[in-house]
Amino acid sequence: MTFAIAIDRVSKTFPASKAAVAALQDITLEIPAGQFVCLLGPSGCGKSTLLNTVAGFTGPDSGTVLVHGSPVAGPGPDRGMVFQEYALFPWMTVAQNVGFGLEVKGMGKKAVRGRVDALLRLLALSEFADRYPKELSGGMRQRVAIARILAIDSPILLMDEPFGALDALTRRSLQDELLRLWAELGKTVLFVTHSIEESIFLADRIVVMTYRPGTVKRDLAVALPRPRDPASPEFNRLKRELSDLVTSEQSRHEADERHAVTAD
Amino acid sequence: MRSWRRSLQGLPLIFLVLALWEGVCLLGWVNPKVLPAPHAVATRWWEYLAPPQPYDPDAGSRLDWLLSGELVQDAAGSLYRVLAGFVVGAALAVPLGLLMGASERAYRLCNPLLQILRPIPPIAYIPLSILWFGLGNAPAIFLIAIGAFFPVLMNTVAGVRAVDGIFLRAARNLGAGRATIFRRVMLPAAMPYILTGMRVGIGTAFIVVIVAEMIAVNNGLGFRILEAREYFWSDKIIAGMLSIGLIGLAIDQAMSRINTHLLRWHRGLDQ
Repeated sequence: MTFAIAIDRVSKTFPASKAAVAALQDITLEIPAGQFVCLLGPSGCGKSTLLNTVAGFTGPDSGTVLVHGSPVAGPGPDRGMVFQEYALFPWMTVAQNVGFGLEVKGMGKKAVRGRVDALLRLLALSEFADRYPKELSGGMRQRVAIARILAIDSPILLMDEPFGALDALTRRSLQDELLRLWAELGKTVLFVTHSIEESIFLADRIVVMTYRPGTVKRDLAVALPRPRDPASPEFNRLKRELSDLVTSEQSRHEADERHAVTAD
Repeated sequence: MRSWRRSLQGLPLIFLVLALWEGVCLLGWVNPKVLPAPHAVATRWWEYLAPPQPYDPDAGSRLDWLLSGELVQDAAGSLYRVLAGFVVGAALAVPLGLLMGASERAYRLCNPLLQILRPIPPIAYIPLSILWFGLGNAPAIFLIAIGAFFPVLMNTVAGVRAVDGIFLRAARNLGAGRATIFRRVMLPAAMPYILTGMRVGIGTAFIVVIVAEMIAVNNGLGFRILEAREYFWSDKIIAGMLSIGLIGLAIDQAMSRINTHLLRWHRGLDQ
């Protein structure tokens, strides 16, 4: 079978002043279409690097990334990216932001308008169509960013800690919304987070990564039925299990930072 | 309008300065040839502004008559040169700046030459400009264009270089090609810098026009205050200077309005 995303023995090293940083080492990961996968790990573990490699923003040093069977040669609208910093174009209104990808594709003005209207309705953004991003809250901005990606109808959504900068309530409502859209539209989602709870709440499958070199530490399926209850015993059993895995990586990350400070 | 009311708070100081000035003149502490009293300047200013002939319906429309004063003609001449020079300078600076900002190779090629030319004040080009363009508007517009060119260029380069990489990544991710990214992402993202450069550039243009008019042409505000000096008309010199100040202020305000409108997405972005 052809996977939506097939990552095969990918390694990536960043040159640094003291020692080269092995961001990714020999990562292999196969994601079937329609699966919701969370990459979980402390900051600096290479999960964003892996996402950027799939997105085509950076190339791997070795190994291959196949998307629906073809190698990734650069960024493209078949893999829509949602950034933590929203990355909305501030000089465009909400409607213009959402329509940008469609206009780039050469769709006519009227068709763009119709599709944008439908998406704004879907994400409860209609009344903000003519506002500029600066006039919106963080949660609203991220909804616009999601609408912008849905507009180009990417079969794959890449999400780089998209809710990391939001308050807890907004974050929960956007998580619900994302699950609803995912169930409705059948997208493949690769979602980077450092929140254990978020990964359990969302994912079909959680890939825990190690801190430097970035490797797959554990790849586990989340079998809990949705909607998931964060207060349930199963949820918490899983949370404890993941917590143990992530904490040891986090302490290695902190030891590394302390070492860097003393070395300076 | 709050900003209008706020600038009214500066009125008392203006009146105080005028009163002190008038007082000094009234007491006879200064020679009126050297420093004429404010009321003398005001009278002269009015003469400078007012139409020279009484209104004659056969000679032309009432508007033409109202605008026939010497000051109006001078201001129009100066403004024409400022705008023509500014448009020439900015029309060269913006494309070059975009190119230098977007292409490292173009930057490395052009930057050394431009950095040598940049510190040369436009005034230093006066002898050459007369040699090349003779007298009249052409050398003045040349000098003004040089004055406007560098601020616009430097700000455009800085603006393109400061474009946040995340916008470029987002645009590429959405399928935009190079030309689209340039036109719809880099250009608007750099716009705040470009407009700042234009505001500085038009200010420089206004400084240069006064100097240029003292040399190459026989009308305009700069020419007029130099002419007044020949006749020892201090009151007219000051009237001309204040006219320059007020017109400069008006241009700057207009630029600021245009900026605010074009950058309505940008105001308070960092809050």
